[in-house]
Amino acid sequence: MSTASTIVKLPPQEGATLPKKSYLNSEYGLKSWLLTGDHKRIAILYLISITFMFFVGGAMAGLIRLELLTPQSDLMATDTYNKVFSMHGIVMVFLFLVPSVPATIGNFLIPIMIGAKDLAFPKINLLSWYLYLAGAAFTIAAMVLGGVDTGWTFTTPLSTHYLNTHVVTAGLGIFIAGFSSIFTGLNFIVTIHRMRAPGMTWFRLPLFIWSHYAASILMVLGTPVLAISLVLVILERTIGIGIFDPTKGGDPLLFQHLFWFYSHPAVYIMILPGMGVISEVISTFSRKRVFGYTAVAFSSVAIAVFGFFVWEHHMFIMGVSNYSALVFSLLTMLVAVPTAIKIFNWSATLYKGSITFETPMLYAFGFLGLVTIGGMTGVFLGSMGMDIHLTETYFIVAHFHFVMVGGMLMAYLSGIHFWWPKMTGRMYPEQVSKLAALTTFIGFILTFFPQFILGYLGMPRRYAAYPPEFQVLNVLSTAGATVLGIGYLLPMLYMTWSLKYGKIAGANPWQATGLEWQIQSPPLTENFLETPIVDHEAYDYEWLANKTQHEVQTVG
Amino acid sequence: MHIISPVLWEFLVNWLTHFALFPPEASGIAPYTDALYFFLVGISLTGLVIVGLLVGLFSVKYRKEKHPEAVQIEGSTLLEATWTIIPLALFMIAFVWGALLYFRIYTPPTNAMNIYVVGKQWMWKAEHPGGQHEINALHIPINKPVQLTLISQDVFHSFSIPAFRVKREAIPGRYTTVWFEATKTGEYHLFCTQYCGTLHSAMIGTIYAMTPDDYQAWTAGSTSGTSLAQNGERLFASLGCNSCHSGAATARGPNLAAAYGSKIQMSNGSYVTVDDAFLRNAILNPTMNQVAGYAPIMPTYQGQVSEDGLIDLVEYIKNLNSNYRVQQTLNTSQVQTPSPAMPGTSGSANAGQGMVKQ
Repeated sequence: MSTASTIVKLPPQEGATLPKKSYLNSEYGLKSWLLTGDHKRIAILYLISITFMFFVGGAMAGLIRLELLTPQSDLMATDTYNKVFSMHGIVMVFLFLVPSVPATIGNFLIPIMIGAKDLAFPKINLLSWYLYLAGAAFTIAAMVLGGVDTGWTFTTPLSTHYLNTHVVTAGLGIFIAGFSSIFTGLNFIVTIHRMRAPGMTWFRLPLFIWSHYAASILMVLGTPVLAISLVLVILERTIGIGIFDPTKGGDPLLFQHLFWFYSHPAVYIMILPGMGVISEVISTFSRKRVFGYTAVAFSSVAIAVFGFFVWEHHMFIMGVSNYSALVFSLLTMLVAVPTAIKIFNWSATLYKGSITFETPMLYAFGFLGLVTIGGMTGVFLGSMGMDIHLTETYFIVAHFHFVMVGGMLMAYLSGIHFWWPKMTGRMYPEQVSKLAALTTFIGFILTFFPQFILGYLGMPRRYAAYPPEFQVLNVLSTAGATVLGIGYLLPMLYMTWSLKYGKIAGANPWQATGLEWQIQSPPLTENFLETPIVDHEAYDYEWLANKTQHEVQTVG
Repeated sequence: MHIISPVLWEFLVNWLTHFALFPPEASGIAPYTDALYFFLVGISLTGLVIVGLLVGLFSVKYRKEKHPEAVQIEGSTLLEATWTIIPLALFMIAFVWGALLYFRIYTPPTNAMNIYVVGKQWMWKAEHPGGQHEINALHIPINKPVQLTLISQDVFHSFSIPAFRVKREAIPGRYTTVWFEATKTGEYHLFCTQYCGTLHSAMIGTIYAMTPDDYQAWTAGSTSGTSLAQNGERLFASLGCNSCHSGAATARGPNLAAAYGSKIQMSNGSYVTVDDAFLRNAILNPTMNQVAGYAPIMPTYQGQVSEDGLIDLVEYIKNLNSNYRVQQTLNTSQVQTPSPAMPGTSGSANAGQGMVKQ
């Protein structure tokens, strides 16, 4: 145990100037963006496109909550409601959550954090974005042409034989977007293996890199299975190959095995990069190295490995063998442990720190609380007998929204605020953003906590109409969603505002230790003028304090 | 308040009269499920309080104004081990407890009465052994184990009774079972919890838990006249099953009398126990379920018999005892409109043919 102590003073921002040359102004014109190979520009392209998809999915969420204000199905027809929640799920999962942190923040930072000039395959990186766009275009086409009402889970035989909506179009959209994710994962793995700067050993990597590495493995190994299952659904729908059709000797449950073999690890594809963000943010704002670096790093890998062997816990009530359910329940309990380890290590990082409470830190605190609840309710669902009562109810809905929205979206917003100065060179407005963080947190609790109670009372998910005794809790949830909506709109507005009017940030406004903070903001296209040589561990605040010149590589 | 804002007033009244944290505990298993729930809520709250306290206390104590110098600490193996082992131990308790509950809910006792439930877009059809059919409703006696054998005719559905804390998926092409013992009379929600298309949220119904006497009266009053087994008997004859399964020693098909529950050898040498699922599969997919010693000549009945019909056939074969005389089934199939049942004796009262044990 080292007992070195560090005082880190924030640099004065009055003196900071925007660098004359950066990745943002190295080239001009639409073409310079659309044909760029620069990982930072591609990250910005992703940021714009996923923000758009987020608001599409968010609008759907708003419609769902409005419909559920009253017990009757009165705002829209049940078919419309089914299409709305299907589109909400498809857009949010495949087009927002999966690419959210990796494709934007990860894309921007992974090369810089390891001291590289770009990702290993810049053109494949650009291709990923175009595939994402194509996937999104197909999905939006499915929505505009009349919608799809399979739910995001595409359960057979409903999706193959009993619906007349645009299942094939939406399926193709997700299939294509899946390849975007595979290529991103591949790019990250190769980059992290091959392009680390001299001295940047595996155990000097920031934890952000470890968690992205773990998530990339899941993307590369899991997503092809999703692609296969979607192809099978499309083939079954179009030419009736019968693989999921019991009247032809097929097994309808097989689809769910295939689907969850991807879609459970997908949860970790979504949450692991968010966990990486939290490690960076908590370390920076408590001016301390992350407590138990190795434990946090390996828990990411453990989550990725165990995450592949728990998929059947989505199917405990579906007539699977009792004994196979036993095995999957046990493995589910094991995957909960690394998450607990992370949460305790983050809490312990605060111990004897020198803590400040900027907006990213507030979001990170929100993340800690909400992920603890989300993770613990996951244990409820992994406990087989409890799962019988809770599965397919609003308890499930609340659980995964706590993990995905409470966890992942909080982490994403934390990360966007944290690295906004690096990406744009300007600060976001601190006071209003703190208000937004608080609004999001309150809105979130009000929206989703009542859903746990609804779930235990037995209210099934995906219901357009419900028994009147559930109304009070649903009204609370809808009221909360309104607050939550404001919480999400605010950053959209003030972040845009800050592009022009925000305070100039300087290279290292947080006095953070990562390599990305040692270069100018916004960075040069080539990131580093000369390849950095790393001689210290991640989160070495002593090294930072002793470093005399902070803004070494500002040009001009 | 009701003068200031009638809407808010109504909302408050609604809240106070309907607010509940739990559905009613109306089955034998419900208290066990709730006990596990309380345990899980307990460990969650403990975890949340610990994390909350750590974050809260450290935030106050080590905020920059009070603690300007951060002390760099690498980690602690002892602490890592502590917060690995304690959560693991708690999760293992949740695992074992949950597993015990799961096996209990999905292992029906042998003396349970069986009711068939067919799910279809968008209704639940329950078929009692006595031939009573009901749609989106299920009448059951309390204090008696009831087993449900579920199947879906089209897509996945899920049969959920929150007040009993039981739920089971109704799967196309496969029987699943669940059981419960209602402990309190009353009317409870029945939901389809698996998304099944347009009217998913209308695929709901009511469970009527009744005293055994009331249940008797209900079965007597709502019988269709023929039991499931009698329906099956007619179907058996009209499909011509009896031409091969005649029960004679020289018959082309196996004798089905007393076959249910027995262990038989298949043509591939394996042994299977004859149960509902086996009978259903053998009718729909005979070549895959070939009994040893017989030629593979049985055609498939896929597409010719509805799930309801299959249930009737299964129920008929299940109840076939030694008096297996198929010739008579032809006669029974010609019997028209039986007289209304006598109270208390259900469908068997007019099963004059004596073919079927009730």
